[in-house]
Amino acid sequence: MLKTFPKGGVHPEEGKYSANSPIETLPLPKTVYIPIAQHIGAPSKPIVAKGDKVKVGDKIAESLGFVSANIHSSVSGTVAKIEDVLDSTGYKRPCIVIDVEGDDWNENIDRTTDLKKEIGLSDKEIIQKINESGIVGLGGATFPSHVKLSVPDGKKIDVLIINGVECEPYLTSDHRLMLEKAEEMLIGIQILMKALGVNLAMIGIENNKPDAINHLNKLIKNYPGIEVHPLKVQYPQGGEKQLIKALINREVPSGGLPLNVGAVVHNVGTAFAVYEAVQKNKPLFERVVTLTGKSVKKPSNFMVRIGTPVSNLIEAAGGLPEDSGKIINGGPMMGKAINSLEVPVVKGASGILIMPEDISARKKQSTCIRCAKCVSVCPQGLEPYLLAKLAKLEKNDKLETGGVMDCIECGSCAYTCPAGLPLLDYIRLGKARVSKIIRSRKQ
Amino acid sequence: MSATILFTIISLSAIGATAAIILYIVAQKFKVYEDPRIGQVEEILPAANCGGCGYPGCRGFAEALVKADDLSPYFCPVGGNETMAKAAEILGKVVDAKDPLVAVIRCSGSPAHRPRINQYDGASSCAISASLYSGETGCQYGCLGLADCVEACDFDAIFMDDETGLPVVIDDKCTACGACVKACPNTIIELRKKNKKDRKIFVSCVNKDKGGIAKKSCAVACIGCGKCVKVCPYEAITLENFLAYIDPNKCKLCRKCVTECPTGAILEINFPERKIKEDSAEEAPKAQETKENEN
Repeated sequence: MLKTFPKGGVHPEEGKYSANSPIETLPLPKTVYIPIAQHIGAPSKPIVAKGDKVKVGDKIAESLGFVSANIHSSVSGTVAKIEDVLDSTGYKRPCIVIDVEGDDWNENIDRTTDLKKEIGLSDKEIIQKINESGIVGLGGATFPSHVKLSVPDGKKIDVLIINGVECEPYLTSDHRLMLEKAEEMLIGIQILMKALGVNLAMIGIENNKPDAINHLNKLIKNYPGIEVHPLKVQYPQGGEKQLIKALINREVPSGGLPLNVGAVVHNVGTAFAVYEAVQKNKPLFERVVTLTGKSVKKPSNFMVRIGTPVSNLIEAAGGLPEDSGKIINGGPMMGKAINSLEVPVVKGASGILIMPEDISARKKQSTCIRCAKCVSVCPQGLEPYLLAKLAKLEKNDKLETGGVMDCIECGSCAYTCPAGLPLLDYIRLGKARVSKIIRSRKQ
Repeated sequence: MSATILFTIISLSAIGATAAIILYIVAQKFKVYEDPRIGQVEEILPAANCGGCGYPGCRGFAEALVKADDLSPYFCPVGGNETMAKAAEILGKVVDAKDPLVAVIRCSGSPAHRPRINQYDGASSCAISASLYSGETGCQYGCLGLADCVEACDFDAIFMDDETGLPVVIDDKCTACGACVKACPNTIIELRKKNKKDRKIFVSCVNKDKGGIAKKSCAVACIGCGKCVKVCPYEAITLENFLAYIDPNKCKLCRKCVTECPTGAILEINFPERKIKEDSAEEAPKAQETKENEN
């Protein structure tokens, strides 16, 4: 019997069309648009000005505060301007626009592909290096990684959990990474283990990726302390709270962090980025992005420089299909439709989905009949129909006691609702209101 | 038989009397004194319970009024000056009359002026749409057209115009409670002074983009050219972030800015038709439109 999380969950159609496409390097775009806010926390402060020449890997924006991240240039060229550009948030926000000239890398970056196994740095130095390299959680939440690694005094971590679940349908970027960059990733995990001072790392992988599981199982013999755990396919297993419950059967308390139960969760993509930063001196300026969809000619996995417009990826995958309804940044469950093809790829973009019109359109709405399907699929044990209603009525105190802040926004409720109600939209709205109230209370 | 009836009557009376005594003592002991004026003030309030005064319902407001030493920060927008004067009389205090206000929609971006560049498919709520992205048009500041303000209005004073897709305020019904102002995520609704004959002059735009960008997304956007600022004889117009704002307290309704505005972003409402200058007023925006077409 395979492990999984016990409460709720759904199993949407997998649609992993791009699972067999090896990672290709996307040709350089003419211009990149690098947003200064592509992580959770304070936006970074640009340290370049119009006309400055930059090389690949040069720092172009500095982190402001502890929960923030540095941003590095993904191309070489001239800074054209710093202006507001429409990004994946749906709003115009400040971006550093760089005109690409050649591909001239910063001299400090080791561009060889040799595997470097010895970890020369101490735990403090590793965290410092990760901070300097602007690494954030590449699973999609983009939480600065050095914050997760800096364990507060008095807290004890005994296990590092590596998220290779990729429970979102369609996406395959983590899957390909586990197949093609497995050794690098495993060294990255060892680096993370050293930084945290733990002796055990568990990689959770859903059972629909048997090739990745076998491949890693063969390799981990050389990497003591790392275990591979196949998991039953169940969305949203990639949510860190669900993954912790599935792997080590500990429950993160309401309002708490994985830290509270002695675990830290990192994505496989982050582990790979950590390897490159620590061993190869390469800051985070490119990532694997899946470009897929039912009607896409060539579903692909691309190694993309941060700031590349989405249109470049679509072109490389055979152009925009005629029946396209929505283009989604992220997975089909949690991703968000973008409103322009020129939206740049950011650190948190694991995939770009092109959904045909008939699949992507919202279901027709009818009335809630209290069937409680949403309650049974909620992995957090909440009552989505009730929270949505309370949010609509602006009953903020009841929302808070109803646990709205524990919602992980996985969308299982709206996915399963037979009445087609936009449950998550309202819950998110309520969550935003309640978190504002909680913040104001603290001040 | 008669003994039973007698016994029943006596025992029930005894129980009744004991209960009455206990209840009386408890009532005396836990008596809550309530200022009778709260009830009196509540009586004269409109009982709309709209929350426009900032208190939870009319009773909450009545309690606040009774407690207050100075009535000047309090105002019932629904009842207006008349109600406030009555309340002040009951409480033996004085209250100054305030200018009546009315809600104004500061966006004229109908589909004809502001083309749609994408289609929103989410929940029908401005708040949700605003939390997701900048809206269906190129202007990220304007009306989202999903009628959160209509839903918020307790007085049926706002409706959506099917043709323009924009909300319309019915001045006579509007009580200036401010519910729509709070409901609008883009704060395009403003409470402005209600002038004689409901006359209004205001900048019907909240776009803070630079002129070129604003004009590209909406033909009737304020482009921040500053012509109105120069022409205003009363210094009522200020320009900030490429957006003009007319101070309702300084504006004398001379209408000079309306004719000066190259995009027609400044609206004049409920004015008689212009006699002599009518032609030029009509021509100015038209000339602009033809130029647009040529481009």
